[in-house]
Amino acid sequence: MSYKNFNIDIDKDGIALVTWDMPERSVNVVDAVAAAEFVALIEQFKTDAQIKGVVLTSAKQVFCAGLDLQMLKHEGGELADSSTKEEDKIKSTFDSVQRMTKFLRALETCGKPIVAALNGLALGGGLEIALACHYRVVVNDPRLKLGLPEVTIGLLPGAGGTQRLPRLIGVEKALPMLLQGKSIDPQTALKLGLVNKMVSADKLIDEAKHWLREEGNPVQAWDEKTFRVSGGKPTQTGEQLFAMGNAMLRAKTKGNYPAPHYIMSCVYEGVSVPIDAGLRIESRYFAKLFLRPESKNMVNSLFINMQALGKGARRPQHVPPSKIAKLGVLGAGMMGAAIAHVSARAGMKIVLLDSELKLAEKGKAHVAAQVDRAIERGRANESQKQILLDSIQPTSDYADLKECDLIIEAVFEDKSIKAEVVKQAEAQFTKETETVFGTNTSTIPITELAQASIRPDKFIGVHFFSPVERMQLVEIIISKTTSEETLAKTMDYVAALRKVPIIVNDSRGFYTSRCVSTYITEGQLMLMEGIDPVLIENLGIMAGMPMPPLALNDEVALDLSYKIYQQYKADLGEKFTATAASDLIENMVVKHKRLGKKNGKGFYDWPSDPKGVKKLWHGLADIAPVTKRIDDIDIEELKRRLLYIQTIEMVRCVDENVITDLRDADIGAILGWGFAPFTGGPASFIDMIGIERFVAEADELAEKYGERFAPPPLLRDLASKQTPFLQALNKN
Amino acid sequence: MTDCYIYDAVRTPRGKGKPNGSLHEVTAVELARQTLCAVRDRNQLDTSLIDDVVLGCVDPIYEQGGDIARTAVLHADYAETVSGVQINRFCASGLEATNMAAAQIMSGQADMTIGGGVEMMSRVPIGASGGAWTTDPQVTFNTYFVPQGISADLIASKYGFSRDDVDSYAVESQKRAAHAWEEGYFANTVVPVKDINGLTLLDHDEHMRPETSMQSLAALEPAFTLMGTQAGFDDVAIQRYPEVARIDHVHHAGNSSGIVDGAAAILLGNKEAGKAAGIKPRARIRNFATIGSEPCIMLTGPSYVTEKVLKRAGLAVGDIDLYEINEAFSAVVLRYMQVLGIDHSKTNVNGGAIAMGHPLGATGAMILGTLLDELERRDLTTGLVTLCIGSGMGAATIIERV
Repeated sequence: MSYKNFNIDIDKDGIALVTWDMPERSVNVVDAVAAAEFVALIEQFKTDAQIKGVVLTSAKQVFCAGLDLQMLKHEGGELADSSTKEEDKIKSTFDSVQRMTKFLRALETCGKPIVAALNGLALGGGLEIALACHYRVVVNDPRLKLGLPEVTIGLLPGAGGTQRLPRLIGVEKALPMLLQGKSIDPQTALKLGLVNKMVSADKLIDEAKHWLREEGNPVQAWDEKTFRVSGGKPTQTGEQLFAMGNAMLRAKTKGNYPAPHYIMSCVYEGVSVPIDAGLRIESRYFAKLFLRPESKNMVNSLFINMQALGKGARRPQHVPPSKIAKLGVLGAGMMGAAIAHVSARAGMKIVLLDSELKLAEKGKAHVAAQVDRAIERGRANESQKQILLDSIQPTSDYADLKECDLIIEAVFEDKSIKAEVVKQAEAQFTKETETVFGTNTSTIPITELAQASIRPDKFIGVHFFSPVERMQLVEIIISKTTSEETLAKTMDYVAALRKVPIIVNDSRGFYTSRCVSTYITEGQLMLMEGIDPVLIENLGIMAGMPMPPLALNDEVALDLSYKIYQQYKADLGEKFTATAASDLIENMVVKHKRLGKKNGKGFYDWPSDPKGVKKLWHGLADIAPVTKRIDDIDIEELKRRLLYIQTIEMVRCVDENVITDLRDADIGAILGWGFAPFTGGPASFIDMIGIERFVAEADELAEKYGERFAPPPLLRDLASKQTPFLQALNKN
Repeated sequence: MTDCYIYDAVRTPRGKGKPNGSLHEVTAVELARQTLCAVRDRNQLDTSLIDDVVLGCVDPIYEQGGDIARTAVLHADYAETVSGVQINRFCASGLEATNMAAAQIMSGQADMTIGGGVEMMSRVPIGASGGAWTTDPQVTFNTYFVPQGISADLIASKYGFSRDDVDSYAVESQKRAAHAWEEGYFANTVVPVKDINGLTLLDHDEHMRPETSMQSLAALEPAFTLMGTQAGFDDVAIQRYPEVARIDHVHHAGNSSGIVDGAAAILLGNKEAGKAAGIKPRARIRNFATIGSEPCIMLTGPSYVTEKVLKRAGLAVGDIDLYEINEAFSAVVLRYMQVLGIDHSKTNVNGGAIAMGHPLGATGAMILGTLLDELERRDLTTGLVTLCIGSGMGAATIIERV
């Protein structure tokens, strides 16, 4: 037989070497065709008397990257169903996932021994295939990843992963892998018992065949009568592990993420019964999970859309690709140094400029210190450090910028200082120079800054997030004058850093700062309404935000909020109206000298010891006495306020054309300020609630708490037409 | 409705629930047998008059499993017509067993019954019987499951009981229990446990530490800090009660109920049955009730069930002469007295489980006996006994001397 995806080569011992090699793709994934061929292959293993055993490997660099994302799409995907009735959908998803499960079950019970020869990474469905083999050999390459990352996109391993992994390595060791979705390297996998043997690449197939010739047991341990899962049946002896495991999980998820919760149940229930029943239990939870909005939105945003944006979906396609060989960074403070660091890591030459050479060198020393820390943790080595530092040239001479492809300024957040460095840098260029000038401002409208440039078409906003080394997002801000070439070049730069770009039009606070500030302000307003700050803070976390609103304000600094209010006042003049929140900030900063974490005093008293516990400042009791009794408070409404206010600000950004692609709205929110990831981002969140209900609830909040909750006309209009928000920008 | 009377109440002394406890060498069924024998022998009872024996047991597994009530009936050589049933309402099982036994009489379906309970915590560890409530992810997630120690600390944190408050309460419990023993207030009810040769194994509650002081308690580390912080239970509790900033871990072995072995039995019957047996009623079961309450904080059920049972009885808080509330943890009692406005001078006047221990399945029947003895000693009329219960419940019974 011949296959499109697989080459099969049977040797003199009757060992079939099956090499997975998907045509026209760089990696192997499980798609509908591959799955169908897999079924045929298994039938051949079973019936072909010539075949005594099978080695399954891959011709690609990876073994298998898992399920094809097309399979996971809710519209027209393999697992989806067009039925409108919920029970039909569930039935159809259950049947689809059972088909996957059954073919892997057929593989491990086909009567012939199967070895997975893992030459490259095996993730998700890829690892689940390997788990359904009788023996696993892996190449000794520390970069090779093995894992079940489904949970990170709101799913569970639905092809037996939740059943085979605990049976193979024990419940206690399997749970962290299933619940955190982190990949492990071959060495760790060997230690855990996830793989049986680790060899160098050239010995992989020999080792696999060796096992088949010498042992070749075609029966999985869990199909033996004497099998007992390590740690015992969870329903009988899992008391300790599960009582604590469930609590630790809830402590993390706040009950917002169904996927890890269902995974716990798959293991608890499924591993306590024979594997066939366990696999059915897993399929039932998968079907239930797949149709939950959290899962649907997470797959959509964190998997499909994130990948698309990361691959440059929003890049002007007609502009040929460019390479940033040399980067200029203006300002060698924390931010500038960090930008220099990540850019050097991506192989660029860096000119790190500050007003004095001494300061530029200090910035470089900061990079060196960062790399030293990475070395301590075993994530870098001395030679990498040397290469990195050699590529950073500290200077105070603007003439050194001449050959840069891109310049990013990260000087002090002050309009006149920024304008000054723009002028000095541009003095090195003529109107024709191709060098793009990026500004890493988070608050100053770039249209205003571009006025200092003689080449406004080459001027763009490149907003990094702190800490730059860790934060995946870059918010690119374009003004009316920014050219498509400039945008494309900037996106190529971001792609080289392996970060994810979103593109927004210019506006005060752009997109991210603007939306997150509404969250902080809402917390302040609640405080001034007489709500216990303890409650406000806990509800921020429970709503799904990574940090409570008042603590977040302390982190970004209260005096910064104060300065922003002062700037608004200056800009808006008489139109500026003070609010309870702006008064609170003024009171905190001016009267009480509480500037936030930076001086150890904000809404909290911050401990000097970083391991210490921060405590809410007792003085808040005088500034904002608690007047609302807990029994009179609608907790769900408070949580709603914290998420809705951000969401409505997002809608305003769409309405004002700041956001022009809703993928940017979702991904920017999740990666930029950690907007409740289980929602899939604020745009997806509206549809999760249902647009009509969202508008009705926003109206109710507006009535009770003020116009800031009033749904923008765009939203109301869509709701009246019952159009999902995610279709708001669909061109007709 | 038929009136149900209490004719007798017995209990074993409570042995330390550890391998070095005096009752550790005794089987659960033997301990239960000795209470049944005591009821029979003290009243020279023809056991064929008894319809049913209901025993509470919280971990009915291993030697306590498989209907220990009927097994104990057989082992005690009762008439073979006496049936037995084991029930489980967690920490209130002993009281619940009594209430169920009483209900058979009150509904006219039986004439004479025994309620009681047994728990050999030194031999069958707490939690040994497992259960979905604490373990099954589908249950624990939605009910915000935390262990009882965390719930007790949550009560203290939410309602403002400091470490000093809970320790003071514990010191007083020890003092009262010691005093009651010295004065012989328990003598009528406690039956010493004997070995197979009739030699005494234990004749007093051996968990007590009358020398307990604020200083000695201050030396004890809180028991639930690690569990709360490392296993995520504090976070779970705060998700359910987000108005609480942090869980103050104030409970420890010295201000929580002791782990002990013990058994108890209460003889119940209607008026005619008592007459037939030639015994005198001591009190009437006036009302009883159970209730469910919020499961995460779990241990606040007693006040709700007290309100419920008082309402059913047409009584007010002030009509009750003496209260017995199981001392699961100091904060449980403190919260109970706080919310109902009951004075400590009427509550647990002879100490409680902090001093003497809490043999889970038996305690409810034990403190019912304690209450009855004390009503008689003080010549008072009405008493109420209540217990907090795992997974958020409360049970209560009102008795009235006749």
